[in-house]
Amino acid sequence: MGIKTWLLATTFIVGAFSAAQAQIPVKLGVLNDRSGVYADLSGEGSVIAARLAAEDFKAAEKGINVDIISADHQNKPDVGSNIARQWYDRDGVDVILDVPTSSVALAVSQITREKNKVLIASGPGATELTGKQCSPNTIHWTYDTYSLGKGTGSAVVAQGGDTWYFLTADYAFGHALERDTAEVVKNAGGKVLGQVKHPFPGGDFSSFLLQAQASNAKVIGLANAGGDTINAIKQASEFGIVAGGQTLAGLLVFLSEVHALGLEAAQGLVLTEAFYWDQNDGTREWSERFAAQHGGKKPTMVHAGVYSGTLHYLKGVEATKSKDPEKVLQWMRDNPSEDPLFGKGEVRVDGRHVHDMYLFKVKAPGDSKGPWDYYEQLAVIPAADAFRPLDGEACNLVK
Amino acid sequence: MFELLGVSPQVLFGQLLLGLINGSFYAVLSLGLAIIFGLLNIINFAHGAQYMMGAFVAWMLLQYAGVGYWWSLLIAPLVVGATGIVIERLFLSRLQNVDHLYGLLLTFGLALIIQGVFRNEYGVSGLPYGIPRELAGGNNLGFMFLPNYRAWVVVAALAVCIVTWLVIERTRLGAYLRAATENATLVGAFGINVPMLVTLTYGFGVALAGFAGVLAAPIYAVNPNMGADLIIVVFAVVVIGGMGSILGSIVTGFALGIVEGLTKVFYPEASSTVIFVIMILVLLVKPAGLFGRAA
Repeated sequence: MGIKTWLLATTFIVGAFSAAQAQIPVKLGVLNDRSGVYADLSGEGSVIAARLAAEDFKAAEKGINVDIISADHQNKPDVGSNIARQWYDRDGVDVILDVPTSSVALAVSQITREKNKVLIASGPGATELTGKQCSPNTIHWTYDTYSLGKGTGSAVVAQGGDTWYFLTADYAFGHALERDTAEVVKNAGGKVLGQVKHPFPGGDFSSFLLQAQASNAKVIGLANAGGDTINAIKQASEFGIVAGGQTLAGLLVFLSEVHALGLEAAQGLVLTEAFYWDQNDGTREWSERFAAQHGGKKPTMVHAGVYSGTLHYLKGVEATKSKDPEKVLQWMRDNPSEDPLFGKGEVRVDGRHVHDMYLFKVKAPGDSKGPWDYYEQLAVIPAADAFRPLDGEACNLVK
Repeated sequence: MFELLGVSPQVLFGQLLLGLINGSFYAVLSLGLAIIFGLLNIINFAHGAQYMMGAFVAWMLLQYAGVGYWWSLLIAPLVVGATGIVIERLFLSRLQNVDHLYGLLLTFGLALIIQGVFRNEYGVSGLPYGIPRELAGGNNLGFMFLPNYRAWVVVAALAVCIVTWLVIERTRLGAYLRAATENATLVGAFGINVPMLVTLTYGFGVALAGFAGVLAAPIYAVNPNMGADLIIVVFAVVVIGGMGSILGSIVTGFALGIVEGLTKVFYPEASSTVIFVIMILVLLVKPAGLFGRAA
């Protein structure tokens, strides 16, 4: 037996051996706000959610080796872009998850497309992600400004709130939320009397609230999120705005914010969410496991979205037996998503994940049975109505 | 005239008053910074974190000990001031004879640590702290609805500023302090315990930050980042007023609050930057600040 045959045989054996052990290593990067105004609604909770998805999927048994890393983008597009590039170029990250703060998400979406990787965005809201700046590599999972405006905006107009004044966070997300909600209000026969843009993040809202008060609009729409919404609602009650007959519409309010505000201040707020922990046995069971790892805090819809999106991605990797972004993304679009948190859904060609949305009302302190019992469900907004219809003019991926 | 500006007098007066309220916080905070810088030559970057601690101590007193707002207004500054004294004894006293930069870096590091610890423990969404019952509600002034609590903030801040100024300018203790600021060695030679004076001064400056924190607790969400957002603006106020100038910091604090308030009416997008624009202009024209003396 010559040395050549020997080598050939060895190669064959090694090859056969490693094929039997084939492991697909998948590296997930959770990129979000870990220290600023959005840290409670995303932050470490999103890392826990991604880990739970890998565990529930039993990834290890299916030959998928999931590694999860995380970083703080500080809500700054430049910081987020740098981390994304470094992750893709140097650290071998395959998928970036979460990315709240639309301005950061839009930047990361461009980089993801350039590097041909995958972005599953749960945290951001701007519809641009699946509109003008849509990308075949980006899936917008949980909610967007259109669905919020549609849910909360129509509900408030239907209750008689037909004149609006907007308090808008001065960056991509706030602008998009104001624009999309204003459209819903106008289509429903309402009128927009004015708007004021406040710096992001803002601290003192009294000046802006006073301007809103002077407008005499029936509804003051808060087109902001996180700590900004909390401060605005808190100070609005101080300035007697609600007592004076005007209604506050929190266009994006997360469970973590209601918790921080307390029911006394938050009661009666109407809000739109994609997920609430106390919806059914599936959501309750998952939320309990989540809370056990997160200091007792219940998950927000952003956390749930990270879980649901990660699960769908891992299913794609299993089915295609690869982590080639094009193959996996195609699979994710071709096959419906289903999990206990979001129920059934589908990923459209523009990257929008569509599913049912829900309209909730924050309970009065007397109606709450205990900590985290905050919402009462008013309506289900079916998937077909909840999101912007596919639009070839907005997104050039739509034929 | 008001119509020419596109703003009704109601809105304008309202904003002036609100500016004054925000200015109260700037004044109390920049006063503490100015006192500390005057005597210790330390740029106290931990000031924002200490302001946040004031709010948190008030919240903890209520949550764990059932102590209400009024007692907190007294106890919280003392507690925060005491932590300041510990910091001064442990760290700052060792940095007396080195460049400003060391003190700045040290206090900046402390600020990051303090904020990180609170963030880890309490999250960033903030904790609720109600307005004291005596000050709930408000009055309609015709041009705006003024919550009683905000009126109280202006009164309390003005009172603290005036008392501090009087103590420094009109009492023997203040005279020692001013003398030590000029020439610490000489004052020491007269038998005055300068290190003790330095420690107490730092403690007092920090207590002022804690006091502002308690004032802020019912208005803003009590959260670990509340000081970080504010402190940069307050530094700009101190620079504009003149580093180390007591009167300068008070007057500039209120004045810039008003300027910022007006910006929120005419061009809200610029309200977070207007103070820095003014700072640049002042530095170009009068590098020592409006009330500062050239070195």
